[in-house]
Amino acid sequence: MVFQVRIHGRGGQGVVTAAELLSVAAFAEGRHAQAFPSFGSERTGAPVVAFCRISATEIRVREPVMNPNAVIVQDTTLLHHVDVFSGLVDGGYVLVNSAHSLESLGIGDLTGGMTASRIVTVPATDLALEHLGRPVPNIVLLGGLAALTGIVSLPSVVDAVRQKFHGSVADGNIAAATAAFELVQSQVEERVDAQAG
Amino acid sequence: MLKQVEGSMAVAEAVAACRPEVICAYPISPQTHIVEGLSRMVKAGTLTSCEFVNVESEFAAMSVAIGASAAGARAYTATASQGLLYMVEAVYNASGLGLPIVMTVANRAIGAPINIWNDHSDAMSQRDSGWIQLYAETNQEATDLHVQAFLIAEELSLPVMVCMDGFILTHAYEQVDVPEQAQVDAFLPPFVPRQVLDPDEPVSIGSMVGPEAFTEVRYLAHARQMQALELIPQVSADFKRAFGRDSGGLVRPYRIQDAETVVIALGSILGTIKDVVDEMRDQGVSIGVLGITSFRPFPLDALREALAGAKRVVVLEKAFAVGIGGIVSSNVRTALAGQPTANYTVVAGLGGRPIGKDSLHTLFEQAGRDELEPLTFLDLDHELVERELARERANRRSGPSAENMLRDVGAVGPRLH
Repeated sequence: MVFQVRIHGRGGQGVVTAAELLSVAAFAEGRHAQAFPSFGSERTGAPVVAFCRISATEIRVREPVMNPNAVIVQDTTLLHHVDVFSGLVDGGYVLVNSAHSLESLGIGDLTGGMTASRIVTVPATDLALEHLGRPVPNIVLLGGLAALTGIVSLPSVVDAVRQKFHGSVADGNIAAATAAFELVQSQVEERVDAQAG
Repeated sequence: MLKQVEGSMAVAEAVAACRPEVICAYPISPQTHIVEGLSRMVKAGTLTSCEFVNVESEFAAMSVAIGASAAGARAYTATASQGLLYMVEAVYNASGLGLPIVMTVANRAIGAPINIWNDHSDAMSQRDSGWIQLYAETNQEATDLHVQAFLIAEELSLPVMVCMDGFILTHAYEQVDVPEQAQVDAFLPPFVPRQVLDPDEPVSIGSMVGPEAFTEVRYLAHARQMQALELIPQVSADFKRAFGRDSGGLVRPYRIQDAETVVIALGSILGTIKDVVDEMRDQGVSIGVLGITSFRPFPLDALREALAGAKRVVVLEKAFAVGIGGIVSSNVRTALAGQPTANYTVVAGLGGRPIGKDSLHTLFEQAGRDELEPLTFLDLDHELVERELARERANRRSGPSAENMLRDVGAVGPRLH
């Protein structure tokens, strides 16, 4: 079974790097992973998409991810321009970078009847500013994705970040990703409890 | 060493392990990451005894490679698209002079209209340049082919192009077992040139040859490529013994035994096709796929043998000859001469258009029923073409077609693919 992730953001937000680091984290866990950018005009500020497939076995397919198991939305200004949820599988996950609740974002209509524990927001840009001093949400959201989906562990994400970045950039990103992990984990637990109760 | 790495970096590391002595390059997407990687290694001192020459154009890049190779240095460069076109005169000189240069072509479309994304138009435009052309299916193969390419090139005194799909491979992160220096040293001996500009033993390279011997010199180039048909599988087998991996060779069959339908393709699309073949096989469809790794020399005998039992072949290619149709398919038809095998040409993936499994399923099902036209453009938006043709009929000054059609599709905003 292949787990497919699609990451939406804007040029300059590290969309492609996020897919790359996710693949490095999965590889470190002994799985096959394939990360690649979309083939569109990539300029600072322009909508950008990147993909990551994770599988226990060799990945041969090279088409873009049309039916993601998880979608990361790095920039909420995309929500009403790009069909970011296109093809999302039943029971898929959505992680949105926002300090606002899903309800106040008004994306309930876009996501249909998704289970509440599978769609969460996390203030990744705020966390990045707090821990890193720069508004780059990509790695922060990988911490959130690890908590939401369990597809990779937080330590694997941390190791992947350390391979790519060093010093305060690595430390800040890791601190912010860890905070996002904890925020998302508590949200998911609350909702699972609420549903069970 | 097995690692999760960008295709371009894996290739750069493999090229570095081949101990090139001169690298010259001019940046062009999607080749840039490869030569940037190599330039960093030279600057950092991890790639020693190598001069990295920044040149002012692709024409200069190939000219420097020619000069370096003629002086006895192992020479490497990389390019793509318009960059390859810009160096064409020197490309023909490199092969005509028999200089064993290795060049990566990070396959990209050719303009106009300008388009930076993947197809095979660039490399296919040089199919008759006298270079050996090897096409990589994966980043592992792209990496391995470079190691094999130097051996093949130097053994035959012929230049080799290693073609890898731009972006799809060059910019993809996947696991690659990057060859270790010691392994490469054991596999690839130092370059012993067949001809060399040596002040102690002066020779001329590049004389004018008139009608008295031109045909024979050109025929020799063909004869060398025929030798390559023998050498390429040997090098692939030697590589497998040394590295434990299947890479290279002439053709790559997959589930073609007893297959009524055989799909033929080059490069990274083979992976997607293999998945579709498996799914169709599960449904009882008799289908397989044959990858062509060596497009030049073209392995006529290997194809004939592999296609002996096929009822039909579908050649899926990422370039086409305007005014007639398929390029790969016309070569395949030469291999099938005298056979009753039906053959279909499908042009797909131009300028980076994704080739999806759904489209391939539909296509191969149509092929299985022999309902395909001889020439198909996969996922072609007929309506879009028709609208432009209608504009041209209606208005003498209908304006630039590409811009008209872009306006029709509204392609100024974000698109998923």
